[in-house]
Amino acid sequence: MLRVIAVLIAALWVAGACPAAAADTINPDADFKAFRDYFTKKFPKVPLNDFVNGPYSMDAGLRKQWEAIEDFPPYDFAVDRGKEMFGTPFKNGKTYGDCFANKGIGVRQNYPYFDEKSGEVITLELALNRCREANGEPPFSYVKDEMASLTAYMAFTSRGKLFDIKIPNDPRALAAYQNGEKYFYSRRGQLNFSCASCHVQSAGQHIRTEVLAPALGILAAMPIYRSEWGSMGTISRRFVTCNSQVRGVPLEPQDENYRDVEYYLSYMANGLPISGPGARP
Amino acid sequence: MANSIRVRAVASGDHTEVQALVQHPMDSGFVKDAQGNLIPPHHIEVVDFQHAGKTVFTALWGPAVAKDPYIKFSFKGGQKGDDIAVSWVDNKGESDSLTAKIM
Amino acid sequence: MPLKITTNSRHDRTRRLLLKSALGGLVAALALPWLPKWARAADGALWPKDAFTQKTEAGAIKALYGKEATASDQVKLDAPEIAENGAVVPIAVSSALPNVTSISILVSENPFPLAASYKLPPGTTAMVANRLKMAKTSKVVALVESDGKIFSATKEVKVTVGGCGG
Repeated sequence: MLRVIAVLIAALWVAGACPAAAADTINPDADFKAFRDYFTKKFPKVPLNDFVNGPYSMDAGLRKQWEAIEDFPPYDFAVDRGKEMFGTPFKNGKTYGDCFANKGIGVRQNYPYFDEKSGEVITLELALNRCREANGEPPFSYVKDEMASLTAYMAFTSRGKLFDIKIPNDPRALAAYQNGEKYFYSRRGQLNFSCASCHVQSAGQHIRTEVLAPALGILAAMPIYRSEWGSMGTISRRFVTCNSQVRGVPLEPQDENYRDVEYYLSYMANGLPISGPGARP
Repeated sequence: MANSIRVRAVASGDHTEVQALVQHPMDSGFVKDAQGNLIPPHHIEVVDFQHAGKTVFTALWGPAVAKDPYIKFSFKGGQKGDDIAVSWVDNKGESDSLTAKIM
Repeated sequence: MPLKITTNSRHDRTRRLLLKSALGGLVAALALPWLPKWARAADGALWPKDAFTQKTEAGAIKALYGKEATASDQVKLDAPEIAENGAVVPIAVSSALPNVTSISILVSENPFPLAASYKLPPGTTAMVANRLKMAKTSKVVALVESDGKIFSATKEVKVTVGGCGG
């Protein structure tokens, strides 16, 4: 029995930020503190707000190339296109702005949120497609193109605003949060990696010439123009490709588990600034 | 759909620094599509920058220029409010142009 | 060759400009040389096909300039030691040499070494920054034409994620 406990504690310690609390109490605030402490201790030289720049907060050579690209970034086209789409009414005369607080400007940092009426996590991408469907328009693909342009524009209008994710005192919200946390730390795929394997345990280390971004603030730069894709990609795209990269079977974009992971990671980033849209290798 | 060219021209002292970003696939002709067929080359060949009716910079680009290409250069002259005319033509004969104001 | 305008923007300034370039296109098609240069805009005929299709560094330099290059510490080549991604490598060239009329950049290990070439009229600064594709780890060579002579600088850039889809 003692050996089992020792193994459990060792496993939790290896996973890094997993709280050692009893399994039936969900304590996001304790998780938050442990998660943040893990990264600030592991990378004492990185200013807290710089974590949102992912690999560039960890490697000077990569940072210099990134800064050269940020000088006139390729995601500018997506931001322009998103702005244009925002300004174009649907066939019924309504606009995207009508579906959001403050006309959709400067609100990205509040997503995802837990909708107590429907009992589910609402991400920005989901909200945008629901807005379209509510106004008689067909939904967009979640992974790129129009969805990326819309979220790029919305992220851009929120640049510098701090993540403000709320977990209401509702057991369903806490369950969604915990499900996201569980998904993040669970191993999957042929390579048997969890998201944490790369972005918690190996954050800052190289994978070929790229540097693994720390999980702290990892969604702040989304959506991103990846040189690898030669195009923009959304949070949905990245989650799907992450699953494929560990040779696992990807879920459908905006699957409940993906939304819960986004909820968990975004909550962990509370207080950090939105840096999106971003450019990545 | 927006223009394919974005320009930022800033006058500083007696020089003007020009940056441009162009939306273009810049297909090299070496990449295969999902079916395994080579995507034919489709890239910008010439970019021309003009100020006050004179060319101040010409870019001659091959397929090894990155997708959504970027260029920065600087020339003597130009003042805030002047026009900078940018145009490009690619290997398929497609083209686009834009005039922007120097800031 | 007629120039086809591919954009269809709703922006006012682009509408004005499309008209201007449509005129330019029409003019180019009719080959009216007496019109001022601005109406002709980017001219595909300027593209040095021979140089861009050379498979060797030496061949490309010869086709471009007809003479050999001499290494010079007056040519400054700014390129990363390890490229983050071979598809987008930020590279800049500048020089304090006098009367620079041309700057070119070659990536030796690319299928076609000549990546880009720039023409600088008098009054244009000897500086250019661009983003190139590199197929694999390679020498990058910067060439600067000053007073008719060619000078060069070289730097090796390591690439593991190739820029040509590999």
